[in-house]
Parts: sequence; C-alpha cells; structure tokens
Amino acid sequence: MRRPIFAVLLATVLTGTAHAQTLRIALREDPDILDPTLARTYVGRIAFAGLCDKLFDINEKLEIVPQLALSYEWTDPTNLVIKLRPGVVFHDGETLDAAAVKYSLERHLSMQGSFRRSEINVMDRVEVVDPLTVRVVLKTASSPFVSQLTDRAGMIVSPKAAEAAGKDFGLKPVCAGPFRFVERVPQDRIMLERFPGYWDAASIKLDRVVYLPIPDSSIRLANLQAGSIELSEQILPTDADAVRSNSRLRLVTSDNLGYLGITINLANGPRAKTPLGSDARVRQAFELSLDKAAIIQVVYNGLYTPVSQGLSPSSPYYAKAVQPRERDVARAKALLKEAGAALPVPVALTVPNNPDQRQAGEIVQAMAAEAGFDVKITASEYASALAAANRGEFEAFTTAWSGRVDPDGNLFSFMHSGGALNDSHYANPAVDALLDQARDVQDVAARRGLYGQVVEQLSKDLPIVYLHNPKNVVGMSARVAGFRPVPDGLIRLQGVELAK
Amino acid sequence: MRSHLGGRLLQVLPTVLLVSLLVFALQQLMPGDPAVVLAGEERGDPAVLAQIRSELWLDRSLPVQYFHWIGNLLRGDLGFSWRIRQPVASLVLTKLPVTLQLAAMAFGVALLIGVPAGILSAVKRNTAWDYAANLIGLAGLSTPNFWLGIMLILLVSVKLGWLPPSGYVPLTEDWRQSLATTVMPAFVLGNAIAAILMRHTRSAMLTALDQDFVRTARAKGLSEWVVVLRHAFRNALVPVVTLGALELGTLLSGAVLTEQVFSIPGFGKLVVDAVFNRDYPVVQGVVLVTACLYILLNLLADVLYVVINPRLRDA
Repeated sequence: MRRPIFAVLLATVLTGTAHAQTLRIALREDPDILDPTLARTYVGRIAFAGLCDKLFDINEKLEIVPQLALSYEWTDPTNLVIKLRPGVVFHDGETLDAAAVKYSLERHLSMQGSFRRSEINVMDRVEVVDPLTVRVVLKTASSPFVSQLTDRAGMIVSPKAAEAAGKDFGLKPVCAGPFRFVERVPQDRIMLERFPGYWDAASIKLDRVVYLPIPDSSIRLANLQAGSIELSEQILPTDADAVRSNSRLRLVTSDNLGYLGITINLANGPRAKTPLGSDARVRQAFELSLDKAAIIQVVYNGLYTPVSQGLSPSSPYYAKAVQPRERDVARAKALLKEAGAALPVPVALTVPNNPDQRQAGEIVQAMAAEAGFDVKITASEYASALAAANRGEFEAFTTAWSGRVDPDGNLFSFMHSGGALNDSHYANPAVDALLDQARDVQDVAARRGLYGQVVEQLSKDLPIVYLHNPKNVVGMSARVAGFRPVPDGLIRLQGVELAK
Repeated sequence: MRSHLGGRLLQVLPTVLLVSLLVFALQQLMPGDPAVVLAGEERGDPAVLAQIRSELWLDRSLPVQYFHWIGNLLRGDLGFSWRIRQPVASLVLTKLPVTLQLAAMAFGVALLIGVPAGILSAVKRNTAWDYAANLIGLAGLSTPNFWLGIMLILLVSVKLGWLPPSGYVPLTEDWRQSLATTVMPAFVLGNAIAAILMRHTRSAMLTALDQDFVRTARAKGLSEWVVVLRHAFRNALVPVVTLGALELGTLLSGAVLTEQVFSIPGFGKLVVDAVFNRDYPVVQGVVLVTACLYILLNLLADVLYVVINPRLRDA
C-alpha cells in the first residue's frame, strides 16, 4: 500500500494537469530572437510556424501553395504580381493589406541586421497595385525568389507594432499566424495562445502551444515517455525504437531537405595542397571506399537515405541519374594507383564534436583505411570548426546543411565560385554557368535538366562527398491527431488536435 | 571585527574589476569568431559579417571594447544578449530566482543529510552507523550528477510517473508545480554536497570530541547529546561554515550539468548556452554577478564565524 499512497500524495500535492488542448512541443535548442527579419535558427522557424503566416507555404510534395497570398504570376521574368487573401488581420487587429506586405518585404531587405537580405537581395522594389495586390520588381530574373517567400522572408509583420517596437519587435512579435504571442522565458518556454481572428480559424483546434527547449535528446525522450510533452520535434534515430515500442507514443518519419557531407578543401589556402584536394580521382577513391548504407545502419539506425548529391530524394529536382555510389574498394585502390598517390593517403578530417558525427567519422576512418587512406580525426566544437572552415584551415570537414525548398538553396552557395558558403573554393566555369542559367529559367523541366547536369559534374569533381539525406524523425503522444509532416521539418499546427 | 569587515568590503571593488578584466580577456582566447556564429548560414556573406562586427563593436580594438563595456556597466547597463536581443540585466534577474531557489533547496538537502550524518558518524565512531554513513558519503561523492539525474528521471518520472522529468515553474506562479520540478535536481545537487559536508563535519567533530572542554562538560554531568550538540558541534561548526559558504557559492554559479539534464533555466544553462553561441555580453554579465554573489557569501561566512565563536570577535 505504501507506494501507491506516496505516489498519490506526490501527484496530488506536487503536480497539476495540463490544459486539455495545450500542445507542449520540445525543441532541440532555444530559438534566437522571434523577429522574422532578424532570426537565424532552425528551431526559431518551428515557433514561427505557430506565430507568423507567410505569403506562401510548401506542402508534402514541396509544391508552393498559397497562405497569406492567394496566387502569384510572373508578368515578365523580373515582375512578380502577388494577389493577397482578403479579410486577414494581424494579432493587434490591424488589417493585412498590400501596404503591410510592402512594409514587411522592405523591412526584410533594408533593416539593419536583417538576415533576410541575402535571401531577397535580388528584389529592387515593391509596388502597391491595389489594397490586395503587390508587384515585386526584381533587379534580375530569379526563379528561386518565390520559394524564399515560403519561409521567413515571406512572413508579414504588423507595420504598426513593428514601427512601435523597433529592434525590440522580436520580444513581442505581432504577425498574422494562427497563434499569438503570450510570453517567453529564455531557455525555458515560449507560450502562444489561439488567435480567434485567424483567417483560417476553423483549422485551429488547440488553445495553447508551449515550446520547451530541451537540448538533451534522452531527456526529450523521457519527457515524451512520461507524458510531460506531447510532441518532440526531433527524436534521435537511435531512440526511434523506444518510441515505436511504446503504445502511448507514435513515431512519424518524413523526408528532409538537407544532407550530411564531407567538404574537401580544393583551393582555400595552403591546407588545400593535399592529395585529396589536388586530384579528383583521389576524392572519387575516397567516396568509393565508403559504405554509406553501413554508416547509416550503425549510427542512424538505418533511418536515413544514402546519397551522392546535395538534393533531397523528395525534391522534384533530385537527379535520378546520379545514384548513391556503392562501396568498391578494388576500384578505389585502382583509382589511387592511377592518380599516382603515395600510400597511405593522409586525410585530416574535422568533425563537429557531437556523438553521431564523431561516430560517423570513426567509421569513415576505418572504411577508408581499407582502400589506402590514413584518416586522422579532429573533433572540434562547432563554432570553432565553422570559423576554421571559413578561413580555409581544414582539409576535410564534415558539414550538415538543413536544406532549402528550391535546389538553388542547396547548390548555389556551396558550388558557385562566388557562393557565400563555398568553403572548398571549388570553381568550375561550366557549373557556374549552369547554376546562373538555372536562376533565370522558370520552367521546372528545364531547370531539372540544368540541375541534373550540375549534379552530374559535381559527382565527378567531388568538392563535397555527400553521405546521406537525413529524415525528420518526430515523436509524439498517440493523442496527437492531424499532424502533417512536411520535408522542411516544421511543425504546422493547422488541423492538429489532442484526442481526449 | 568591524575594521576587519570594512577591510573586506574595500577589497570588493578591485576584486570585481579584476574579475571583469579576466572574463573579458579569457573569452577573447575562445576559438571561433562570434560574427561567424551569429551569422549562422549567412556566414559566407562578408557584408553580413561586417555588419554584425560593426553593430557589436567587434571591429574596434580590445581596449576600446573593454572600456565601452565597463563604461556601460558603471551606468548599470550590462548590455544585451547578441543572440536573443534581451537586456542581460533582465536575463540575470529572470534566472537569479531560479538559481537561488535551486541552490537553497539543494543546500537544504545537503545540510539535512550531511550534517546529522557527520555528527552521527563521529559520535558512533567505528560502529555500523559510522560505516554506513561513510559508505553513503562515498557513494554520494562518486556518483556523477548527470548519471544520477538521468536515473532518477527514468525511475521517478518515466517508470513511476510521480514527478515531471524536467522543466521549471516559478514559485510565484504555482508553488506545487515549482516544488515538483525542482525536487529532483535539488536532491541530485544536494546529495553530492551532503557527502562532502558529512566528511568535514565528521572530521571536525572527531577533533572537537577529543578536546578538554568536552571532557569537562561530560564531568559536569551534562547529557551526552547536550555535550555533542551544544559544546562539540558548535566548536566544529567553523570549518563546516567555511565549506558550506564555498559550496553554496558553487551552487549559485549554476549547476551546469544538472540544469542541463533537468532543463532548469538557471545561471549554469544560461552561461553554457552563451559560451557555445559566443554571446559575450551574457557570459560577462553572468560571471560578474556570480563573482559578486561569491564575495557576498564569503562576507556572510565571516560574520557567521563571529556569531558561532565569540572568541573571534576580538581577533
């Protein structure tokens, strides 16, 4: 009898019950500022999915669908006309109209400290055509532009609230999303409540949403198992079985837009002068020495997908002709011989100091050794590793990219000679020309052809040895109904409810 | 005594200044460029990096940056968090009650377990009580906090469902929920300190129990517990208070691992996140406030010595 009495006492005295329609979502880290213009973090985008609607959204098939906008039309390659949804109001009761859209887009472009600028800097100006129509005039043609408006650059903020708050807008954001801001305790919680004036109010079944940053994956899992949260936006693949085997929980996996790869330094400073950096055949041998499926099996519980390209298999632009390379140690050895590389070929591999990437690095080390590579691993804290990669102080560096809806976002910055994230300093005029051309073309089939050529060339040059395309692995209480997974991994709250 | 305390107070300002200089200098040695971290996936755009550096004064010389910070500090402005753009002072004020509550509860646990166990162990020297207390003490000392925390979560929260596994609710919002969320982390933290307190109390009590005044007290016919508690324990308290002040100071500086495991938004979690995100103003602010708390605690310990041992009043 003792234990039940104690349990009842503790439960009665110390714990209360959560609101019936309050959804508690665990995040892998605390988001940064909640201002769509200034925000940077991925988890921040998850909170924005409840707070701030965008002009457009994406669906499960990565198609662009209307949200605050009703439709768009390219009247010519640099003129985009957007029709807005009527009857939309912000959380402060102000009307969302063309003037508000113009204000927000210009704020994203020109506000000091804006992180949206580089996403939409092709924009020249925004014109108000009528209260529900805006014309966006671009400096040059840019087919990825509309896809930028499916993320934070497409979020529209209340001009009145933004003007009043200035740089402090993120402390109490006012948008036109399904939930409005209630409070934020840094590193503890972000609380939102249902906005009755939401344009699609019928799709919102929850009263409150609470985002709880819980960085430790095993503690996120424990919270889910104990019923202290209803949803965890990220479950480690190694914890997936624990969720699957629990009848009160549910595991939802879906395709992701990103990748994990090993960036090779080809021309970024003196550290590029290595056999791996100097000869594409050595890089091909390195890739052939790896059994990507085995790495995924060991480190990621077999959940991820091996790839040899930077585009997600779920993307309509995925190049089917470039299939993941199978391990072939004999061919790898032959390539090294052909390249005249002295064995063993030294490779200094930097890996971010987190358990899964370190483990993946160790398996790469063991596999590559069989083909004649001597991989030395340096585990580095992520911020330091990024700074070093930027300065060219690396030979090979394991990097993850969260991915973008448009293929341009996964390729241009990394592979164009003028790309902002081209740490490898890869430069191939043919690839540059194809990437530039793909920005000018609107037709999906034509763009697919261009990106196909890019991916094919990259699989020979190998400035990045792609390892896998991850999955979004979301754990939730079996009470959560109506959850719709989308490859960007964001938790959309439309249609989500808690069963009694 | 008064002059002694006055002297200690005079040392506060140079100590705080020295700490500020050390914090500022040491974090410059941290690898990684804050602008690159803050720029996130825009890190490749030199314009973005230049803009961040200019906005945060990172493009000025180190002395200029330091005196800018100190100048603001003297006006009561601790700066703002680069990451979430909240004023550091408000962040510190939000976290301070959390850390104080957790520290107080943990210290309470430590005192309740450690001191009686230490006394019992000394009084019942070389008996089963003594061995049991030593064994518990050794276990407390050798159990890593993060492991004990995870085990408790698995047992108490996941298996038995008695307490929430993590998170924090302020006392002012709901005291029951607040206790529910802090009782496990307080136990984990208190357990380790209890072990240290037990060992020190035992050793100080053993020394005190061998003193002449204890023998005299017994000869006067006082009961054994009066001898132990009123005479021996009071004399054994000075080293225990010193240790207690140091341990409490450590608790106030934030229990990094325990806060991380239980998702308690206190000083430890704040400063670790700030270090990883190169959020320098937050690191500087929290470390300075912690240093001030440490100094205050040491002053408090000085006062307590005198209260406990009147002979020190003339010292």
